This record gives sequence, C-alpha cells and structure tokens, in this order.
Amino acid sequence: MRFGIVVFPGSNCDEDAYHAAKDVFGQDAEYIWHKDTDLKGADVVILPGGFAHGDYLRTGAMARFSPIMGQVRAFVERGGPVLGICNGFQILLESGLLPGAMLRNRTLKYRCEHVHLRVEQTDTPFTSAAKVGQVLRIPIGHGEGNYFAPSDMLATLESNRQVILRYTDPNGELDPDSNPNGSVNAIAAICNESRNVVGMMPHPERACESLLGGVDGRMIFESVVETLARGPERPALQAVGRAF
Amino acid sequence: MIDPQVLERHGLKPDEYERIKQFLGREPNLTELGIFSVMWSEHCSYKSSRVHLKTLPTTGKQVLQGPGENAGAVDIGDGLAAVFKIESHNPPSFIEPYQGAATGVGGIIRDIFTMGARPIALLNSLRFGSIDVPGTRRLLEGVVAGIAGYGNSIGIPTVGGEIAFEPSYAGNPLVNVFCLGIAKASDIIKGVASGVGNSVYYVGAKTGRDGIHGATMASAEFDEKSAEKRPAVQVGDPFMEKLLLEACLEVMQTDALVGIQDMGAAGLTCSTTEMGSRGGAGVEIDIAHVPQRESRMTPYEIMLSESQERMLLVVKRGREAEVERIFDKWDLHAVHIGEVTSDGMLRVKDKGTVVAEIPNRALTDEAPVYRRPMTEPEYLAEVRKLDLDVLTRDGLKAIPYSGVGDGLPPSRNASADHRSLGEGGQTVPGSQNTALLLLLGSATIGSKKWVYRQYDHMVRTNTINYPGFGAGVVRIKGTDRALALSVDGNGRYCYLDPYRGAMLAVAEAARNVACAGARPLGATNCLNFGNPERPAIMWQFAKTVEGIGAACRALDVPITGGNVSLYNETDGKAIYPTPVIGVVGLLEHADRVVSRRFHRSGDAIILLGEGHGELGGSEYLKVVHDLVRGGPPSIDLDAERALQDLLVTLATERLIHSAHDCSDGGLAVTLAECCFDTEGMGADVSIPGVEITRDPALNTAAALFGESASRVLVSVVPESATAVLERAAAANVPARMIGQTGGNLLRIAVAGQMAVDLSIHEAERVWNAAIERYFAKRVA
Repeated sequence: MRFGIVVFPGSNCDEDAYHAAKDVFGQDAEYIWHKDTDLKGADVVILPGGFAHGDYLRTGAMARFSPIMGQVRAFVERGGPVLGICNGFQILLESGLLPGAMLRNRTLKYRCEHVHLRVEQTDTPFTSAAKVGQVLRIPIGHGEGNYFAPSDMLATLESNRQVILRYTDPNGELDPDSNPNGSVNAIAAICNESRNVVGMMPHPERACESLLGGVDGRMIFESVVETLARGPERPALQAVGRAF
Repeated sequence: MIDPQVLERHGLKPDEYERIKQFLGREPNLTELGIFSVMWSEHCSYKSSRVHLKTLPTTGKQVLQGPGENAGAVDIGDGLAAVFKIESHNPPSFIEPYQGAATGVGGIIRDIFTMGARPIALLNSLRFGSIDVPGTRRLLEGVVAGIAGYGNSIGIPTVGGEIAFEPSYAGNPLVNVFCLGIAKASDIIKGVASGVGNSVYYVGAKTGRDGIHGATMASAEFDEKSAEKRPAVQVGDPFMEKLLLEACLEVMQTDALVGIQDMGAAGLTCSTTEMGSRGGAGVEIDIAHVPQRESRMTPYEIMLSESQERMLLVVKRGREAEVERIFDKWDLHAVHIGEVTSDGMLRVKDKGTVVAEIPNRALTDEAPVYRRPMTEPEYLAEVRKLDLDVLTRDGLKAIPYSGVGDGLPPSRNASADHRSLGEGGQTVPGSQNTALLLLLGSATIGSKKWVYRQYDHMVRTNTINYPGFGAGVVRIKGTDRALALSVDGNGRYCYLDPYRGAMLAVAEAARNVACAGARPLGATNCLNFGNPERPAIMWQFAKTVEGIGAACRALDVPITGGNVSLYNETDGKAIYPTPVIGVVGLLEHADRVVSRRFHRSGDAIILLGEGHGELGGSEYLKVVHDLVRGGPPSIDLDAERALQDLLVTLATERLIHSAHDCSDGGLAVTLAECCFDTEGMGADVSIPGVEITRDPALNTAAALFGESASRVLVSVVPESATAVLERAAAANVPARMIGQTGGNLLRIAVAGQMAVDLSIHEAERVWNAAIERYFAKRVA
C-alpha cells in the first residue's frame, strides 16, 4: 500500500515519516508537494510535523490554504485515512478537518521528551492494533500542543469517543504532572466523527526502531497497514457527511 | 572627510589607513573605507590570531577539507564526508540573547549546507556568569530560547552541548554553536568564484539595515554603551533559511553551480571578496539589483549589512534559467547581480556608476597580520599557589548541609554557619555527602534537562544518544555507522594554565567521543579570549593554541576549521581564556553505541586510569571552598591515547554496558551521574585513598572529587570483567574493579572507610533541580 506524505515548505518530519513507512514497514511511500493537486494514489495520507510555513502567525494557519489541502479534504470525505502528526495535527485543526485549537504549552516553552500515552479508543485506522488502556511511550516535540476545545465541544468529543490518546503516567493514570503541555482533559490525540482522520501531538515515527530508544510508535503504523490490508470492510470507508 | 574620528568609528588604526591608501593609490571613499574596515576587522581577517593558528595540525589521511573553506570535512567511509564547524556568536547574544543566539545557529547551519552537506546535528557550548544573578537567568533563558527557536523550526536536532557558569562571563556570555552535516565526499562544494563571465546571483532574504558593522562590533570591547548597539544585532528567520537550505541542496544536485557562500559576517562584502579571492578572479556587482527591505539604502549600507539568510552563488553562464526554476519552486527569488571578471578586483556599481573598486587580495590575503607582543600574566604566580596544608590550618571551610526536605538542593550561602572541614584532623561526619550534594546541585554540574528539553533533539530520527547522556550520537541512515559528537572546554583550567587547560579540553572532547565507542576523527575549535592588544591576553592565546596543537597531534584529531572570538571583555576585565573543542568520532556499528548510564544491576564497575587526588582548579575547590587556585590536572597524552583506543575496542567487542568520563567533580560525581536516569539504580564502590595533605578529610575529598585526567568508569557484566581487565593490561591502561551496580544507595568507601552514603533518589533530585529550580516558580 502507498503512504502519501505531504511536504509543506517548512515540514521537517516529512523524511522521518517517509523513512518509517518505507524503510521500517516496507511500504510504498511518496512525497506530495503542497503545491500539487494530486495525491499520487496514496492509500493513507500523513501530514507530518514541522513548521509548515514558518508558523510565525499561528501554527498551521497558512498551510490550510495550500493547493494540496483541497485533495486532502476530498480524500477525507471519501473515507480515506489521514494522520496529522504534531504540526500536521495543528494543520488539521486549522483546516476544520478536526475540531478544537492549539494553545501554547502551559510552560510557554518548547518541550521535547518521551511521554506516556493511554490508548482510549481502538476503532480508528491508526489505533486498531492496540488495546484500550494500553500505555505507549512516545516522544513529543512542540511549543504549541496545549489542546483546547470549549466545554460543549469537549463534551461532544468525549461522548462521541473521539479522544484517542491521553497523556498519563507510566501506569496509565491521569496525573497533572504527566500532562506536558496543559491540554484540556489531557488530550494527546483525537479523531473526527467518522473516525478516519486522526491528529496526534506525539511523534510515532520517532519511536519505530529500538536503536532510537523505543518502538511503541510502531502500533500507529501497524494499525493502518493492517486496516488497509483488510480491505473494504474497514469502517473508515463509510461515507461521511461532515468532516466535523 | 575621512578624519581620525571616522577611522576610529570604523575600528581602523592610522597605520592601517596608510596601508589602505597605498593599496588604492588614492584616498578611499566612505564605502571603500567601510569595506576595508569589516574585511580587516579581527573577526574577518584573524589578524592577531593568524600567525598562531598556522601552527595547528590540519592534515591527516581522514581530512577531506581543512581550514580555509566555509567548514572542514572528514572521511567517514561509504563515500561520505562529515562536514562540521563551530562558531561563536558572543557579543550579539549579550546584547540581544534570543536573536543573537538564533542567528548564531542560522549562521553555522549556512556554513555547513554551503559545502553541499545536509545538516543533521547541532551542538552548543555556553558560558554565563553566576546563575544566582537574575541577569544571568534572563540571558540563559533568552539564549536557550533562541537556539531552540531556530534549530527546532528548521528541523535540525540539537544533540548535545555543555554549559558552565563562572563570574568571569557575567558581562561576556559565550555562545558557541557547532553544526555537522553529511555530504557525498565527491560532491563537496567550495566557496569559489571562477570562470570569467559566469553569473553572480543573490538569493534569500532582502537586505536591510540590520547588523551593519556586526563584524566590527565583534572586534571591540564592551563598555556601558554596548546596550545601545542593538541595531547591529540581526534578526533571524528560520523558515527563510529552511527554504534556502532545501533550494540550495537541490541546486547543488545539478552541475550548474560553480561556487556558493553565505553572507554572514560582513555580508555581501565578505562573500564577494572571499569567493573572488579563492578563485583568483574578480567580482563585479551592481547593488541596484540587490533586493532591499528598506528605502534609500546607500551603497555603504548595502555592502555592510549583515541581514540574515542570504546566499551568494556563482552560476555557469547559460545555466541560469535552470537555477532560477529551482529557487522559484521554493518561492525564493534568485537575482542576477553581477558577474565574475578576470581583473581580480571587487567592483561595486550603483546603477552602472562605480562606487567602490578594490583589489580582492588587499581585502583578504594582504590584510594586516600582527605578531602582537605577549607576556605571561602577573596573576598566574599568585593563583597557581595552592598549599592545602596551610589553607586547611587557616580554616578551609565546608558548608553544613541541612537536607533536601524542601525539595531544593543545598545552597552555598555565605552567611551560613561555617564549620571547619578538618577540625582536629577528624572527618566531620557527613561532610563528603554534603560536598557531593553541593556539587551535584551546582549549576555547572547539575542536570541540563531544563535546557535540552527545549531543543528538539530527536527530529530526523537519527539520535541514538540523547543530550545529557554523554557525547551526542547520530546514526547515518543507509549505513551501519554513527557519529559521536562532543564539545568541551574548561575556562578555569585555562585561566590557571592555558597550555595544559587546552590539552585537557581536546582530551576531554575526544574522550567523550571514545566513551560512546567512537574513534575520534577530527576537531574544530572556537577560541574565546579577551583583548589581544593586551600582551597578557595574547600570551594566553598563544599558549592555548600550542596546547591544542600538542593534544591534537598526539591524539590524531586534526583541526579542520574553527573560529576566533577576541575582545570578550567588559570595562577591561576579560573572560577566562576559553577554547571550546568540538570532536567528531566514527562508530562502525551504530548499535554498539555506549552511554553514561548504568545498564543493569549486579554489573561490575571498573575504573580505567588512575586518580592522583588533583584538586587544583577543581569544581570541588570552587563550589565547596570558593577557591579558584592551583594548577589543573596533569595529562599524559600517550596514556590518554591508549585509554581512548581501549574504549573503542571495548565498545566494538560489546564488552561494556556503560562508559562515563571522570571530569568536573571527579570520580564521585561521575559515579552519581552513571546512576542517574536509570530509575534509581545505585552503586557500591571502594577506591584507594590519596595523600596530598596532612588532613585526612581533605585527602578523602581529593580521592572523591579530584579531577585527574584520563579516567573513565565502565560497567560490565561480571563474566566480562576479566576480559576487560585483560584488554586494559594489554593496552597499558591502569584498570581496577572498584565495586558493583545495584541497590538504591550511592556508597563510596575511600581507603576502606565509608565516605559517601546517599540515597540515589535524593542525589538525583538535587541534581535535577540544579537549574530548573531557578525557573520553577514561573511555571503555571
């Protein structure tokens, strides 16, 4: 299957996602330039981390206007699986493909370190290989990862089971000190209503090889590889009326 | 028009002005004077340092590019080259810490990709005044945020570094930044302008009035007016640099490019003259074509601007469209501003009218070179005296320690109730525990997690040894190999003995790389000193360069490039002489990398090398006794080389689980650091005593905290201990099994007597809080 990795001019984790898909998981992978209007037959699209257009305004605020985003939106509406990692998550929020917004980290400082994440939902193409309650150790690297949603939106997210990963301690317990950025409800990843679009602040592509200090990120890639291999029964292919 | 005041503002001396007139055969105009002033500034011309730098070893079979280009390069096998350099951005970082540090990172990254290399790792070496002073914390916060802001955005991981705090840097903090990139050895690109008629292109950010005379500023001392020099600090734009980086690397894939150089210090002036000079050609440009950010800029301002993120390219005639297309893709505008000529002149026109015309060689090869007078500084005789017996009798003080119940490390408060360390020749119970906690909680030794957590150290998914774990190690994708990188320097040692201090700095950087299991290949140096016009400073400089040369020769790590930063003084008070050495080493097998952390309970701990209780210039004397005295530790470079070779062998044969170099704070601090970040694994060791005074307590302290060089602690599975001891014996490296890992206590017996007995949890908490505690209150 083919991974399509969108490259904005300031993307800097594009090569990492490509390496994971191609070299670690042995899948077909293609870079897709943000000015292009063709997803090159991708079965799954990754919006990688970085600073898409420098992000001096708001992270991801300009990327939503890149020509490729029209194709990404159409792909989402066809039920195609899309994963936004870090800056990619921020771009999905700015594009309205996921609900909510990012604030600066509570400490007002960039933070790069391993964190613990509890898997909340497994009925998405990117967490299907996990078990609910499983704790993953995956790095973060961001200055604006403090997820925010107004209370009514948050209630909807929770009742729709759209919160996919939460920051926890190593035992999977919620703990304010284990929330690295101040995200509301310790949210590290969410999906859209139709569950085919997932945005996550942690970087699974940085945790796919034991040489790099951990392999818990493999689960994200393994999930989507398995989901797509299973073919048409995949739940993500249901038609979607509204992305969110 | 050009009177003595104008000359002084340009940092030119009267005799230098006479030389300018000789070269031109006439009076220069103001634009020409400006061009001379930046090209002849210390920063660009190395006029005080050049005669000394020429003595450094710069060759070796592994060296692909020595000094003189934008960066050096060494062969790392598989047809690949490691391209690297270190550079300072000291004065700008004092004036405007965020932008000063950020643009320092931007500048060194440009030096690397200009060579055709993809930058893959950054390191930095920072020096500040005492952290107890609020102004220091403001500088630290700004500098760290600036490095993070630039490196994180452009997506190059910061994989290591070092920070020290000493009052001597209060008015002159040091920001030295190291970058390494990977290139195909056959595709290294030079900063050369050649081929008459080839096109000269300008690419990148527009030219503004920022940074005019930055190079001149870096060549003068500070005084109380320095804060007014803010306009001379540039503003960085990492996104623009990311575009330039990607576009330039793409242009380099074609063969349309002749040469390329970034516009760093002295901007358009330096890039045009240096490229012309290297190619033995002339360069003619018309500044009317230079993209300008501000209106009504004069030729003087355009030529001297240090606006960031600009590159100068020489493109083969007829291939221009190809190059322009690539820059277009990245939304960059490549502008044709001139061409290469045959007459060896830098000719600057403004809408066709010549506004400056200077022979290139007058600005580069023929720039002034000074053999400045040197004298041994007077302070040395005094500070080298360290009579421990006398000092003990006169009441050498240790600070009582009241525990860490409040979560804070001990503080050394001058008004605290002092107790004599060696009263009546008896060890004060708990005093070595106290001293160890004081050291672990000091800003220089304590954990730098608060700092490196702000740096993206994982992007590009190559980092296999994180910052804080020893040398930074990055694997090279597509090969089995990895590179280990370390930057080190000890200003206090060099203040006490610049020759030996410099040797120790080279040895430590190379040893750190070897501890990771890598064979040191080459080095780059950043030499930070005071005003070279003072003979005492020049003496420090000359001795330091001699020491670097001796150590690099003995350890076979040639210097492939670097940077000199002089005039680091404020109101006549100079910084400690501070050479910072960056060493690059090669691991043949990335998966055999070794870190500082103990790996497994029950492992044997072996000390390689021998301690002699050398306390001169130590962190112990400074932190516990507030004393900067004595000579730094001795070093035998042959023994050092044997130790480093042994470390590489042990790692290659997978015989060791961890390796950590004994440096600041001696064996006790090293052992504690081996236990940290292991989820509380302790160690129980027993080391021999030393006898350096009549005071038993001080002798114990010397065994624990003495900083004798060429020592490394390794941990090994017990079954391999014999093999390690045998390898060491064969290599002629002293080695001794001193204990084992395990438990949750740190216990060190000296000469059979328990001297340190601490909970790892407590020790680690103190170490972790050393810097973070100063900022903790501001976290929401």
